Amino acid sequence: MAERVTLTIDGRAVEASAGELLIAVAQRAGTYLPRFCWHPRLEPVGMCRQCLVELEGPRGRALTTSCTTRVAEGMVVHTTSEAVRKAQEGVLEYLLVNHPLDCPVCDRGGECPLQDQTIAFGPGESRYVEEKRHFAKPIPISDLVLLDRERCILCARCTRFAEEIAGDPLIHFVSRGNTTQVLTFPGEPFSSYFSGNTVQICPVGALTAVPYRFRARPWDLEAVESTCPHCSVGCRVSLQASANRVVRLLGVDNAHTNQGWLCDKGRFGCEYLASPERLTTPLVRGKDGELHPATWAEALARAAAGLRSVIDGEGADAVAGLGGARSTNEEAYAFGKFLRATVGTGHLDARLGDALSARFLTGLPRRGAIDDLEEAGAVLVWGPDLKEELPVLYLRVRRAATRRGARLVVVHPRATGLDPVADHVLRYRPGEGAEMLRRLSEGEGEAAAARAALEQGPLVAVVGRPGLAEDPRLAEAVAAFAEGFPGARVLPAARRSNLYGALDMGLAPDLLPGRVPAGDLSAREALAERWGGLPGAEGDDAEGIVAGLQEGRIRAVVLLGCDPAADFPDPARAAAALGRAELVVAVDLFLTESSRRAHVVLPALAFGEVEGTVTNLEGRVQKVNRVVPGPGQARPAVEILEDLARLLGHSIGGETAEALAGEIAASPAYVGITWASLSRGEGRDGIRAATPVPYDLPLEAPGEETGEMALHLARVLYDRGTLVRQGQALAGLAGAASLHIHPADAARLGIPEGGTARLSGRSGVSGLPVVLDPSLAPGTVYLPFNLGASVGDGPVVSVEAAP
Amino acid sequence: MSERILTARMQAHPGDSHTLERYLATGGYASLRRAVNELTPAQVTAEVKAANLRGRGGAGFPCGVKWGFLAPATPHYLVVNGDESEPGTCKDRQLLERDPHQLVEGTAIAAYALGVHQAFIYVRGEYARPARRVQRAVDEAYAAGFLGAGIAGSGFDLDVTVHLGAGAYICGEETALLNSLEGRRGEPRIRPPFPAVEGLYGQPTIVNNVETLSNLPWIIEHGGAAYDALGPEGSRGTRLFSVSGHVARPGNYEVVMGLSWRDLIYREDLGAGVRDGRALKAWIPGGASAPWLVPEHLDEPVTIDDTARLGSMLGSGAVVVMDETTDVVAAALALVRFFAHESCGECTPCREGTTWLLRILERIVRGAGRPADLDLLLDISDNISPGLRWPPAQTTICPLGPSATAPIVSLMRHFRPEVEARVLPGAGAHG
Repeated sequence: MAERVTLTIDGRAVEASAGELLIAVAQRAGTYLPRFCWHPRLEPVGMCRQCLVELEGPRGRALTTSCTTRVAEGMVVHTTSEAVRKAQEGVLEYLLVNHPLDCPVCDRGGECPLQDQTIAFGPGESRYVEEKRHFAKPIPISDLVLLDRERCILCARCTRFAEEIAGDPLIHFVSRGNTTQVLTFPGEPFSSYFSGNTVQICPVGALTAVPYRFRARPWDLEAVESTCPHCSVGCRVSLQASANRVVRLLGVDNAHTNQGWLCDKGRFGCEYLASPERLTTPLVRGKDGELHPATWAEALARAAAGLRSVIDGEGADAVAGLGGARSTNEEAYAFGKFLRATVGTGHLDARLGDALSARFLTGLPRRGAIDDLEEAGAVLVWGPDLKEELPVLYLRVRRAATRRGARLVVVHPRATGLDPVADHVLRYRPGEGAEMLRRLSEGEGEAAAARAALEQGPLVAVVGRPGLAEDPRLAEAVAAFAEGFPGARVLPAARRSNLYGALDMGLAPDLLPGRVPAGDLSAREALAERWGGLPGAEGDDAEGIVAGLQEGRIRAVVLLGCDPAADFPDPARAAAALGRAELVVAVDLFLTESSRRAHVVLPALAFGEVEGTVTNLEGRVQKVNRVVPGPGQARPAVEILEDLARLLGHSIGGETAEALAGEIAASPAYVGITWASLSRGEGRDGIRAATPVPYDLPLEAPGEETGEMALHLARVLYDRGTLVRQGQALAGLAGAASLHIHPADAARLGIPEGGTARLSGRSGVSGLPVVLDPSLAPGTVYLPFNLGASVGDGPVVSVEAAP
Repeated sequence: MSERILTARMQAHPGDSHTLERYLATGGYASLRRAVNELTPAQVTAEVKAANLRGRGGAGFPCGVKWGFLAPATPHYLVVNGDESEPGTCKDRQLLERDPHQLVEGTAIAAYALGVHQAFIYVRGEYARPARRVQRAVDEAYAAGFLGAGIAGSGFDLDVTVHLGAGAYICGEETALLNSLEGRRGEPRIRPPFPAVEGLYGQPTIVNNVETLSNLPWIIEHGGAAYDALGPEGSRGTRLFSVSGHVARPGNYEVVMGLSWRDLIYREDLGAGVRDGRALKAWIPGGASAPWLVPEHLDEPVTIDDTARLGSMLGSGAVVVMDETTDVVAAALALVRFFAHESCGECTPCREGTTWLLRILERIVRGAGRPADLDLLLDISDNISPGLRWPPAQTTICPLGPSATAPIVSLMRHFRPEVEARVLPGAGAHG
């Protein structure tokens, strides 16, 4: 704990920790000092000079920038003296001499720090009568961000963000003096996954976002706080709508999760809500084999009758449910209760065969918090490329390594976004993870130094599946290894947004709501009594359900906001499985690869259209809120499931999500986590759920099949996922599938750079453009997942030059 | 007074004073030999302190005291500031070009005193020949064992790297110089931390001017006391002045400080008076950043402290003389244009304020001035350098902004009626 000091601000005694920045101390004490370059999450630079104050010193009072002054005992500060007032006015006048004052056509107008602070601290009018500085305006610096250099006040917030926080130093000051400007390198756009943050922190309208430009005025916006639905980091956002349409997301500074930042997928990925392809009415497959609009009554009756017929004919065991990982906790809970208590099946899974074991993801004994990274001495990342899959967690790990002094070890089959700031990078071939883990734990060879770095604890290990072709049990052995270090904490890294919440709600065959293992007999009995029924045996997971559909053992499947025909590691197999079902009921936002194969499609409300809670990868439960009504006849999933349950002669007690929230708050892990507690005080930053029954991690890494060439199948941020494809801003950012191969392998196999190749695994695909990637472990090829090419998810593949 | 410390060799041997052969033949490297083999670093520092040598880069900070601020962390560095860019200043150029070994020896002596094993000589980018000469001197010194491992037979190691700037005045400011040396934009750093605590690559660093370090061989040879005996208290030793402008005999002159401005401008062996017998109007005593002096100051002594008392400085030693025909508004415009052009753009008051001053002066010279412009010029200046006092206060990060106000303040202090006449209705364009 830092030493406490007392200083005097405008004659008032103020307490602070030694070394805190004066500007922040003053603000806490109620004295807001105007500022442009200073941002609490960036290193201070003292460039704009707006925050000048007077400090008393041995040679009298002197003007100094409060953003670069660290408080000390006995410091005497004046913030309202004549000298300070004149300096502040002077700086504001300077900032305005070249500012175009085109506020009426500027997105920032109405919420602009330059406007606000000019009114509060600036001169009434300018004395400047000369010609202003002119630049072409605006110019695109990426597909998402436009730059107006006339409005820019050169505070360097954007350039510092890009370099310090994102690690994408693609925008810079160019030229000098009065012609200084922010620019990209010629031909190198600011194509950072985090570019939108610069728009948010720009204190003027110099940086504007293409998707939001001219869409709304700040005073028209209706805003609620919510949680981003795109991945499992759970970034806190301000969800802003105009005319019943979500037009903008801003990052909210939740100290525990996103610290104010968002990735561009989260920030600009809200356009799908207003996509013209949103489902606005139920659809029922007609005799002609096509889907036709239907009334809710018709559609629900058809779905209920279909389910009833399968249950009566082949037993509840012939019904399965997939999905829920993109839903709220309340929707997931309703889904689980519907499947287990109403239908009576144990076949249910929120994962799509691409995650880790449910017990691992919910029962990690030493599960860490994202915030543990702040004090970490060492960080091990052995899981997905965080920059691609959990971008804001990437920012937090990057911060730990670059700003907080943590030693970073990255283990991955190819270069990841964190490699440039890692102290040690280890490569291995998919399928040989067990051997890599043995080398790391024994400190053998190149792994010795990495092993030593991990000793610089406390250790935070981010553990997940590096690629979808690898055995998920490897991650459990890695976690067990990490937990062996004193003070170690483990963050499980699986991407899909509310996967953790869905599992916590029991959407896995081996889990009951509240992180209780399904094998816990007394818990089962208690739940069966409360719910009025529970299947006797544990059912199948997603893999088993797909297999069951293929074998004909499972005849009906209910999909809740999931698209296995695109998102399953082997999408073709999942699509074929759906095709064999007697009944597919899809509760969805769109007609996807999966829902277009359904017999009944029920349009649901989405993020921003319903209230509820979600749970992130550290087990933090946060509120999501409603700001728009949603399209057409779409309804909350909870109500849809309750109606279905009633038609099947049961009730899940889910007329409203809030009613179910009460049941959830009574489950072991979520005791006391109510909507009310999440909506006030510190609860707004979320409350972490408990781990009532810790999971025993297996110490042994699985042996895996290996061959001459191994497949690294991994996700990229912008893929062909529904939510990306349905938004204008992001859809164009998804690349095309390509095959990455080590230059030595390419040479050996006679595959020329720029040529095309055939990749064969469980299935084969030809004509893949070849990219030489020396960062790959030799003997490995990398295929981005869900970019339109698939060979299944087996680790062993073969490659040959082929058109 | 013909005492010469810095320029003795180049005066006596104008043809080859830059060569190692000549340097050795005239006693060169004896001081370094002695320092590293016979003196402790503390003894060397004590001599420099005893000499009361003040920095020649502009600020006039006592050299030995500055060395005392060097933080203990290692590695630490010595950086020689050869980014001489102040308009009218060309004295370091002469030292770099005509006696580079003297600088190399001074650098090595300082490095030994500081326990530094890596020094950098940062030479202004436009100084191609001086840089070549210094590089050659460094190469020769390595070959002769005065640099590198175990210099001059001692156990002391020193590497020296010569680095060329890229053409920015701001890089003469020591923290901008460090940024430039690191490959970053030449922009000043916020102080504290000062370079002696956190300088090059974040390590403790001493930055000394070329002329400052060129004095060291003499000080070690003759002793600090001998140096301290030259010139008045507070301005010990000799100093190189670059006298230019409307004098009959422009040039670099090494003089013992304490003579009068009249001597410097009029003495036959120095400036030799105003050209064509014209009357003196004003002069800049220490580079473009220094407020101007006028004939009433002619008999004031040329010392650091006396000049400060007059509200100006000896600065970089550039004396620019203006005769009675000078259009002082145009002169101020030229100076302000320089500062506006050289402002790095990092902080608001300098970036916006210097160009605003420039635009107004341009307008006045164009004949489109307004009476209100005079007070506006002063108030814009005041918002860069509050109070327009000496030494200057600043709302800026570094002194470049306040430097741009020096010509404005000088103009208004000494020639306000001339400016007023220019902004009267119907005054029309001049020059």
